[in-house]
Amino acid sequence: MPELSITKGMNSSQGVFVPLPGAPKLALPLGGVKVSAGFPSPAADYEEARLDINEYLVRNPVATFFFAVEGDSMQGAEIFDGDILVVDKSVRPRHGHIVVAFVDGERLVKRLYRRNGRVALIAENPSYPALDIREEQEMVVWGVVVGKFKRLGA
Amino acid sequence: MPVFALVDCNNFYASCEKLFNPALQNIPVVVLSNNDGCVVARSAEVKALGIPMGVPWFKIQEEAKRHGIVAFSSNYSLYADLSNRVVEVLSQFSPNVEVYSIDESFLEFSGFERIGYTSHGIEIRQRVADWLGLAVCVGIGATKTLAKLANHCAKKQLAGMDGVCDFTTMDMESLTHLFERIDVGEVWGVGRKISMRLAEMKIQTVRQLRDSDAESIRSQFSVVLERTVRELRGLSCLNLEEVAPARQQIMSSRSFGQLVYDRSDLEEAVAAYISRAAEKLRGQESLAGALQVYIRTNIFNPEAPQYQKSVTVPLPEATADSRTLTAWGLRVLRRIYRPGYGYHKAGIALMDIVPRANQQFSLLAPTGLVSARSESLMDAMDSINKRYGRGTLKLAAEGINNQWRMRRGHLSPRFTTAWDEIPQVRAR
Repeated sequence: MPELSITKGMNSSQGVFVPLPGAPKLALPLGGVKVSAGFPSPAADYEEARLDINEYLVRNPVATFFFAVEGDSMQGAEIFDGDILVVDKSVRPRHGHIVVAFVDGERLVKRLYRRNGRVALIAENPSYPALDIREEQEMVVWGVVVGKFKRLGA
Repeated sequence: MPVFALVDCNNFYASCEKLFNPALQNIPVVVLSNNDGCVVARSAEVKALGIPMGVPWFKIQEEAKRHGIVAFSSNYSLYADLSNRVVEVLSQFSPNVEVYSIDESFLEFSGFERIGYTSHGIEIRQRVADWLGLAVCVGIGATKTLAKLANHCAKKQLAGMDGVCDFTTMDMESLTHLFERIDVGEVWGVGRKISMRLAEMKIQTVRQLRDSDAESIRSQFSVVLERTVRELRGLSCLNLEEVAPARQQIMSSRSFGQLVYDRSDLEEAVAAYISRAAEKLRGQESLAGALQVYIRTNIFNPEAPQYQKSVTVPLPEATADSRTLTAWGLRVLRRIYRPGYGYHKAGIALMDIVPRANQQFSLLAPTGLVSARSESLMDAMDSINKRYGRGTLKLAAEGINNQWRMRRGHLSPRFTTAWDEIPQVRAR
């Protein structure tokens, strides 16, 4: 079956469609369905775009960055060694968010605590103490962790 | 009345290096040119130390050690990705954006009067900072030339506030007063040569240029500078160029990391440059009608024997096929190569570029089927390389070891464009 494509930017006045010369092509998701000479496919009208993992994990692509986790201090939040974090810099960090933060020249992943004048980075593993940020200490909350993923060696 | 904004990233390359590196937050950082030669970008801390742009890195070793300056090789993969992200954010603020350079874009602000140009500028600055962690300055004016000048004022804190300078809110008197204090060389399009000639005519400040006689500027300099004068007066002569015009010539050249003596190394370099240029050529849907190859020894070392040669060949038929171009390139190289010299640089240029649609077929060369097959092979090659990374599929002529490649001894990871180089974050 020849590939079906539709031209963007048509002139639709009075129902007359005139394709603009050199306009970009927009592919329609029709590739997989064979035209049957006998009965038409009952699914033809229900065609949808296939699921895309980017769409699921990444809300704002332009402000999204990936970081690789090293260590086990966040396992209580289901963040494990070797996971890849999806960090969205456009999300405003709030109390309770899991964040990537720069403290004392290090990149850390922790839960942000910001209540009653106390600012701290909390681990999600009893063997790691909370890191209280002193007044003179500089901390940059770099971005908010909005997801994670990992490939399994199967 | 049209209104333009120029958005410019502060210390762009240095800021990109700092973005992912927590150990550099208040540390002076420089970025070096190809082969780690000269300083091409400086962080605010380095500027404060008075280290000039373009100074050779080896000359400031002492100072660098004393002040703890950290140097990086140019990490173009990182800068390009962040630059594209900045443009993407800017596109949310105007339907018309002209990407002027890797760290500067013009935006059309016309029609945003109700929001207020200044507050629009402040919002741009805030969003780029929040979303990308990069600082920008915004200059706003009735012409592109004024927007660029306003950006200079924002950056140098001569006018405006917090990195935003809006000439449209300033009255004539204060603008005149401001222009009296700015050197004419800061005007867009006025280079050092023109500044010097202007100075002979007693035109030294922006104000003097603005108030000069446009007609005589035209007769003594050019229409271009006359247009600059009119733009300084607020008469918009330059529109946004949203689509970069297809290039008439594509060049690819580099200095080598170390001197190259063997013809086979030069061949690899030339083949690699041609492949890269041919990819760009296909990207703009064009064909090249001629090819130039040149090689030269190190002209900065007068002790060593010198040789340089450049030859241009017209091709029998315009093409964008890497294989054809490489075959011709190597043929030329073999003709100009002389053994016994230490080569420092090689380059190629694709010329006589025509759109693919206007292709003239040769009377003598085989066409039709061959050209269609070549096109689909090149398409396949480009899409594989796009998907799996540059150089995944390449011509054997480009070689594998590439001893001649650029020296980039201080290269940071490609934090945003390679899975095995993304930044690590500690959970400890």
